[in-house]
Amino acid sequence: MEPTAYVGVQEIKPLQQLLDKVAEHKGCGTSGGSGKSSCGSSAGPADMSPEVWEKVKNHPCYSEEAHHHYARMHVAVAPACNIQCNYCNRKYDCANESRPGVVSEKLTPEQASKKVLAVASAIPQMTVLGIAGPGDPLANPEKTFKTFELISKTAPDIKLCLSTNGLTLPDHVETIKSFNVDHVTITINMVDPEVGQHIYPWIYYRNKRWKGIDAARILSERQLLGLEMLTEAGILCKVNSVMIPGINDQHLVEVNRAVKSRGAFLHNIMPLISAPEHGTVFGLNGQRGPSAQELKALQDACEGEMNMMRHCRQCRADAVGLLGEDRSAEFTTEKIDAMAVEYDATTRQAYQELVEEQRQAKVAAKQAELAGLAGAESDIKLLIAVATKGEGKVNEHFGHASEFQVYELSTAGAKFVGHRRVDLYCQGGYGEEDTLPTVIRAINDCHAVFVAKIGGCPRDELKAAGIEPVDRYAYEFIEQSAIAYFRDYLAQVASGEIVHQPRGDADIRQGAYIAAA
Amino acid sequence: MAYKIVSSQCTGCSACEPECPNVAIREKNGTFVIDPAKCTECLGHFDEPQCVAVCPVDDTCVIDKSYPRYQAA
Repeated sequence: MEPTAYVGVQEIKPLQQLLDKVAEHKGCGTSGGSGKSSCGSSAGPADMSPEVWEKVKNHPCYSEEAHHHYARMHVAVAPACNIQCNYCNRKYDCANESRPGVVSEKLTPEQASKKVLAVASAIPQMTVLGIAGPGDPLANPEKTFKTFELISKTAPDIKLCLSTNGLTLPDHVETIKSFNVDHVTITINMVDPEVGQHIYPWIYYRNKRWKGIDAARILSERQLLGLEMLTEAGILCKVNSVMIPGINDQHLVEVNRAVKSRGAFLHNIMPLISAPEHGTVFGLNGQRGPSAQELKALQDACEGEMNMMRHCRQCRADAVGLLGEDRSAEFTTEKIDAMAVEYDATTRQAYQELVEEQRQAKVAAKQAELAGLAGAESDIKLLIAVATKGEGKVNEHFGHASEFQVYELSTAGAKFVGHRRVDLYCQGGYGEEDTLPTVIRAINDCHAVFVAKIGGCPRDELKAAGIEPVDRYAYEFIEQSAIAYFRDYLAQVASGEIVHQPRGDADIRQGAYIAAA
Repeated sequence: MAYKIVSSQCTGCSACEPECPNVAIREKNGTFVIDPAKCTECLGHFDEPQCVAVCPVDDTCVIDKSYPRYQAA
């Protein structure tokens, strides 16, 4: 932990003052772009009731802007599942692999509760506890709700959240509400059983195994009923959809309409993760995932009145930390048993207030920069990749980046449109020659890559690939820097110094994720 | 006969445990086992054995031929 993480309570302003400031700044203030999407749920109080804003402002999944600052954790207390999906295989675990449904060790509710306290003490910006499996939380209702009960007693400030396939959701909405669970995610990949039969081989419902089109019909009806009941109960609902090219890619526009009309708050369209070594049906039969361009086109098509989530990292059912980083290996049961855990709500609150200040500084910097872009007119849109380790700053070395965040720049501002996972280019101080081409393929649709620092060799290779390495904004705010870069770019195009060229497509990484060792 | 769980295939997911109408399933060393004395193959309870219906791995809950066929009372 950085020494700066601890500040005396007397040194920082009361929370209310900060909240007032948040309101003044119109929340995360993404007036740029079509603001609906750039923050996941971006615009804060401008288009959101204060109650909703209060629920999402420090939830890293429900607010793109919050995910730079706040962390989440999942506890793997729910191993059983009641449906089978062709993209899921819960049989194998690998600590180096990151995808939903995968977990290293199962926990009892008591172990999970202790783990949450240990993590909350070590990571004060951890604000959200989710139960996401590795099976389905509502196929393990006793374990799931026992965990919520234990945690809401010992750490009432932590937001509770769960993710489900929706099959038994209608039976549990009342209980979910009684535990003050603010956020529920339903994975809805189809609203048409014809499509669904190619995704779900079977479900287990009312003591019977259903197959094919009947299974898909029941699942779809239960999911949509569950969603309506959540909306009715005032619980925020996110819908996850896995984009499977050739199976539901076109259909997801219809899914988007169906969930929007039933009151879903946020829609998260994720790329299929599919490789033979995962042992999934799709992996084994060679079903491909979408390319970066295909994914973005679909997300753009669904964007409108509905908030789209584009910062999902498709994390494991036992992930710990900021989205994009995984610190679960630091908190194994063995290590937690050895820890003396003391829950210190005051330090946590103090730290989070500091985070709010940083966050507001970032918004202010961006607004100031955006003013400089006012009046500029151009149809040019381009993507940039950013190496960051959080706080909304360009603060990661090119070689240390395990992912790049991608922003779309236009005269409307800088809009977050996704991220690209890569293997570390630099391991142990030396650039690995083999990984550079894969990094380039992952950000091939970007005009520039913003880094805190970059070595001479990758710099030249990036240039040769037509991607400009930019280190002049090191340790500055991402969006502010991006807008400044875009202004310069437009000026250079206007003066004829450079000619704007569109870029090609990019790969979405499919293989096993090797965590930063 | 009763059903048994092929332990080499069991993922220990626990899905079968609460579904068994006879409370015949329990955890043992990370996987689950069926008590053959309690198993009724779900006869009289359901159309199909619940452990088979819910198990995520095919051919993991199978008939144990070393026991005589269960006779409904």
